[in-house]
Amino acid sequence: MSTSISANRAFFNQLKKYYLFYTGGFIAFVIVIAILEQMGLSRKWIGYLFLFATIALYAGIGIMSRTADVAEYYVAGRRVPALFNGMATGADWMSAASFIGLAGTLYLSGFDGLGFVIGWTGGYVLVALLLAPYLRKFGQFTIPDFLGARYGGNAARTIGVFAAILCSFTYVVAQIYGVGLITSRLTGVEFGIGVYLGLGGILVCSFLGGMRAVTWTQVAQYIILIIAYLIPVVWLSIQITGNPIPQIAYGKVLQQVTAKEKALTNDPAEIAVRNIYKKNAADAKARVDGLPGTFESERAATAARLEELRANKAPEAQLKTAEKAIADYPVTADAARVTWSGQVASNTARSNPPLPHATPFPTTKTGEAGEAERNTKRLNFLALTFCMMFGTAALPHILMRYYTTPSVQTARDSVFWSLFFIFLLYFTAPALAVLVKYDVYHSVVGSSFANLPRWVAAWAAVDPTLLSLRDINGDGIVQLAELTLGGDIIVLATPEIAGLPYVISGLIAAGGLAAALSTADGLLLTIANALSHDVYYKMINPHASTQKRVAISKGLLLLVALFAAWVTSLKPGNILFLVGAAFSMAASAFFPALVMGIFWKRANRWGAVTGMIAGLGTCLYYMSRTYPQFIDWFGTTKMPLWWGISPISAGVFGLPIGLAVLVIVSLATRAPSREIQEFVEHVRYPNLTGDTVRTVAT
Amino acid sequence: MELTEGQESYWRRNLGITAALLAIWFVVTYVMAFFAVPLAEINFFGWPLSFYMAAQGSLIIYVIIIWYYARKMKKLDAEYGVAEGEEA
Repeated sequence: MSTSISANRAFFNQLKKYYLFYTGGFIAFVIVIAILEQMGLSRKWIGYLFLFATIALYAGIGIMSRTADVAEYYVAGRRVPALFNGMATGADWMSAASFIGLAGTLYLSGFDGLGFVIGWTGGYVLVALLLAPYLRKFGQFTIPDFLGARYGGNAARTIGVFAAILCSFTYVVAQIYGVGLITSRLTGVEFGIGVYLGLGGILVCSFLGGMRAVTWTQVAQYIILIIAYLIPVVWLSIQITGNPIPQIAYGKVLQQVTAKEKALTNDPAEIAVRNIYKKNAADAKARVDGLPGTFESERAATAARLEELRANKAPEAQLKTAEKAIADYPVTADAARVTWSGQVASNTARSNPPLPHATPFPTTKTGEAGEAERNTKRLNFLALTFCMMFGTAALPHILMRYYTTPSVQTARDSVFWSLFFIFLLYFTAPALAVLVKYDVYHSVVGSSFANLPRWVAAWAAVDPTLLSLRDINGDGIVQLAELTLGGDIIVLATPEIAGLPYVISGLIAAGGLAAALSTADGLLLTIANALSHDVYYKMINPHASTQKRVAISKGLLLLVALFAAWVTSLKPGNILFLVGAAFSMAASAFFPALVMGIFWKRANRWGAVTGMIAGLGTCLYYMSRTYPQFIDWFGTTKMPLWWGISPISAGVFGLPIGLAVLVIVSLATRAPSREIQEFVEHVRYPNLTGDTVRTVAT
Repeated sequence: MELTEGQESYWRRNLGITAALLAIWFVVTYVMAFFAVPLAEINFFGWPLSFYMAAQGSLIIYVIIIWYYARKMKKLDAEYGVAEGEEA
């Protein structure tokens, strides 16, 4: 035993040396590019250098860690030290949605967005207390493995495989989407090509070395992504507050933002712009209400407007707009209803005063209606944190990581390191959102259109969905209500807002890419392992040789990756929703069966099987009948929301129902056998004297 | 096999620690969020208390909970002789 401990220690020290050297090398690389930029290297080349250098780096680690050994391939040889498993879990965990999307969500939704911050960190308390040490003691390869062993037979395992694939696939599509987006932005290639380029980066690593390669790459990716995230925020904090620790400094900034919000709410020019939106919304509403009659009359009016402009020899730009209005005119009355209703909604939204950033569950309504809206928002906040937390404690690609540590105690330590490394980013994001908001309120609002801050002009030209600005009231001055920001710009533009050179923008993109690639790696591996290990080896061909198992897994990985890339190229909707949906599904399907499997000996096969089906079924049913895009896909009819809970939080219904069914059915059927109960005892103790159960896998 | 009294007691203490830490987790997360509107009136070093808790405070407490659990369980394992590597 002592020899293996000292071997672990030596391994740890060696790793520490490697990664310190690597971090130094990476910083040197960034400095070299910064010098080259000063010497005139173009932005396009900076983008290429970051993209290819980092992907080549990941590929290099993948090639060095290539393996055909089963334990190495599935669980990295079970010798990943707690600290490094923590970093790998951090990268595995933090996706494009965390890295790029989170600060933007916080900027746009203020307090209410913090539900994601709490949910995506607090879930680790559940992982640490209820799952990680016990799963490590069990010590097999996949999460369905645990269900199979605990509940016996193939039924629980099969449902586990189905649920694992469903939530991991939903999640991986969102990641590959992020990869495509970043790659295309970084290098200017088309989105579709970006997707396949990124896919190459994902595959070269997981394909060659499975969990082993993915683990060591994820550690490298964590280091890049955290450096990339922190540098611009620290710099921005120094610029705005003079304090290099944004998490401490932004309290004062938040007060200034709140004061400015009040001033902007009552500013006459702001009110004038908001009134224009209000009028537009009312006009659109009148058109909707007048359908089908307004469909023809409005078309005639649109055509008449163009004629009038032509007759008056109006400027080219105005003519173009009027021509476009005719070309884009809805084809049918039904299409017109959709378009115009959209205009009502967007104009109404823009006619609202600025959202009070620090206020929980804000509402613009007063009296009883305001109280009702506040309560619905609070309920949704609680439901969202619930789903994100329990989803965290049920997502197979995260739980799987705790199989890779050398012991139960290192698994416990490793959850601590995981959350610590995740925490570094998550507790910075709220500060970043507030600092950027301060800058927008103070240096963009009130500036003249002729002399905009440089980053505003640049981004407005690049992508109007990220930033658009129009002088609605024609006074030549920017009003807040005239500015529309897309959430993603907050992180992407931070280096420019802070006045940093373009090399830092390249670094940010490399960080976002690392976040998306590392998560995609972990997810693809989960799917391929569920298929190769649980379906092929455990159910179809238990006599398969180890080489054959690893070979099958690699083949499946390739197929799944290609399929996921193809689905992604169809652009299936909103990233944040897909990610949230994966959490809700995982929470509903896995959490009750896993936790009760450890803490309640009486839970049996029938309880688990029916509970998982009921939980996942409820969750899917709710989403398929309330989320607009799913309603289209599955051809269901829309139903009213239950208690106003939004579709992303469907797990708030799925999990309790799944749990209740598990308990009731278990109690109504026979208690599990003596062997199963001994298995539960085996899992509960890091080392049980007199234990006869052996679960150590080969 | 039958569990010894010591083993039974180890599990009970583990459940006690787990339940106590989950109670803290619950208060920090859900009670704080539920009463976010009144708590926003309290000023905490410049932040409204509910905003600070949701953005930073609760995260710090989560990290501490997990750190404490790992440390406490290590001691408990040793005390009850269930730590890894104790049996040949």
